[in-house]
Amino acid sequence: MLDVAILGAVLASVVAAATTLLLASLGELVAERAGTLNLGVEGMMIIGAAVGYATAYSSGSLLLGTLAAILAGTLLSLVFAGLAIWLAANQVASGLATTILGLGLAGLIGAPFVGTRLDAAPTLHLPVLSDLPVIGRMMFGQDAFVYASLVLLAVVAYGLVRTRTGLVLRAVGESHVAAHALGHPVRKIRTLAVMFGGACAGLAGAHLSLAYTPFWASDMTAGRGWIALALVVFSAWKPMWLLAGAYLFGAVSILQLHVQGFGLGIPSQLLSALPYLATIVALVAISALKRGQGAPASLGLPFVPDR
Amino acid sequence: MRKILSMAVVLAAGLALTGAGQGGAQAAEKLKIGFVYVGPIGDFGWSYQHDQGRKAVEKEFGDKVETTYVENVPEGPDAERVIEQLARAGNKLIFTTSFGFMEPTLKVAKRNPKVNFEHATGFKREKNVATYNAKFHEGRYIIGQIAAKTSKTGTIGYIASFPIPEVISGINSMMLGAQSIRPDMKIKIVWVNSWFDPAKEADAAKALIDQGADIIAQHTDSPAAMQAAESRGVKAFGQSSDMKAFGPNAQLTSIVDDWAPYYIERVQLALDGKWETSNSWHGLDHGEVVMAPYTNMPDDVKALAQATEASIKSGALNPFKGPIYKQDGTLVVKEGEALPDGQILSMNWYIKGIDDKVPGQ
Repeated sequence: MLDVAILGAVLASVVAAATTLLLASLGELVAERAGTLNLGVEGMMIIGAAVGYATAYSSGSLLLGTLAAILAGTLLSLVFAGLAIWLAANQVASGLATTILGLGLAGLIGAPFVGTRLDAAPTLHLPVLSDLPVIGRMMFGQDAFVYASLVLLAVVAYGLVRTRTGLVLRAVGESHVAAHALGHPVRKIRTLAVMFGGACAGLAGAHLSLAYTPFWASDMTAGRGWIALALVVFSAWKPMWLLAGAYLFGAVSILQLHVQGFGLGIPSQLLSALPYLATIVALVAISALKRGQGAPASLGLPFVPDR
Repeated sequence: MRKILSMAVVLAAGLALTGAGQGGAQAAEKLKIGFVYVGPIGDFGWSYQHDQGRKAVEKEFGDKVETTYVENVPEGPDAERVIEQLARAGNKLIFTTSFGFMEPTLKVAKRNPKVNFEHATGFKREKNVATYNAKFHEGRYIIGQIAAKTSKTGTIGYIASFPIPEVISGINSMMLGAQSIRPDMKIKIVWVNSWFDPAKEADAAKALIDQGADIIAQHTDSPAAMQAAESRGVKAFGQSSDMKAFGPNAQLTSIVDDWAPYYIERVQLALDGKWETSNSWHGLDHGEVVMAPYTNMPDDVKALAQATEASIKSGALNPFKGPIYKQDGTLVVKEGEALPDGQILSMNWYIKGIDDKVPGQ
């Protein structure tokens, strides 16, 4: 049914669909490995989308828009950091407040731009490689955000397990008391991790409003921030599993639309639930088989250094 | 003489003051109107158009009215709180603009008999609750005809939200229009289970185009599908707003919701003290449904579309005129008759010629 000609197009769209989730969840993974549960991903993503679009539209430069989006996500994450890390407030509440603030601010910033559009971010075109059947567009015909997400994945995967910085970050996430006793500035490290998470979420938002659907509309993230959060948990905080989870989710999301188009009569409500079911089942299965690690031991616990 | 003169002055002054007092009281007595939107006004779709209607009311009546709106109100228990708050804040006319606000509106209306409510797309009325809707399916018939004339592959790609009668009647109406020109027209339907999810709508459009549809129609709220159609070089129909900016080469026309005429009419009645409950279901004839300018099509197709529009406006053509057959072949409407309004509003079946099943049936 899915003939070879459109298989290439489907694969390419799967990669693009997964990228928004991958970018946001990579940032959140780093923040959570450091012990902070930041529920503000949706807010940081949408503020990135709004600021990114506003800047790109006003300046005419997609690059400037992307940088502005990263900055916006980072700044919003500081709200969460200030509340949850420095004032030791409840992390769940702080994260939710950040999301609500982000959604509102984004609507405000984006209001003058409703009804306008931009040209989508350019996609790569290599002479022979992009025209390869099936895999050509998937691998060599994507926009910069896709390639950036893969670079980011490599950086995070390598950095977490093979560098000293990663080790310290993980130590803070596992036992902030022990890390503090060793002399590491726990709160500063967590703040930097949260800022990284904000930057990634902002970048994910920019992908949405500058490449995927290049316009601004309120609430255009439509809950993708929450899906990213769930993916971090279901990937057992491992970057490579996160890649698998994000791509599986993206793949099933796209494929269920195709299945609907075939007119087989499978209830659309079931098909709409399939991406979530498939990802949960797959990752829980992997986790059970490979005895994956649990959450970082200090996740969600506020830290106040003893006087 | 002086006594009479002074009494006359006092009398005149008294009358003048009373007159001024009355005039002053009337000028200060603005009609407060509230609007409840299910989505953000920045959606450039359903809620955006309702807000345009609100702005038209403000423009038309100026100082005589004071409008408030609350956006992003989910269809659930919270809606009741929002509507109640608007009623208590002194709003005497409240528009609740989504089907899911039906029960909350009725509950608040019962507690506030002096406040009048207008519920969009609902079907339950009270002494102080009116309902209003628009015959969008009239526009669907026209775009069906345009699709039949314009499509090379003979397949429409339809992006639908939820399998409710309003959406299903829209699909059927478009197919009836298409079949009137091209009896073997095909349609592929994708349900995104949301009124508004730009990325998913774009994905749905691309999937449909990949499967051979070269005309895209939608019953969702964002311009993402139009934009996707533009980037893939196929034609599309916009929804709720004129989406030409998103599809300069793709858009054939849009079915635009224009609530201004209805809102102005109802506010005028309220200002005159003549507001009564009613059920309004107008379409192209009354101006609630407007077709965006026909573009990107050959002149003969444009002429056909304009002629059909005129026919529907005058009442000569009814999209749901007989004969209409269900998928299993049963005759629902005989030749020469038309489907009753009640059956359109509760439609949960597809017409013959649609090779798909209604989800959940």
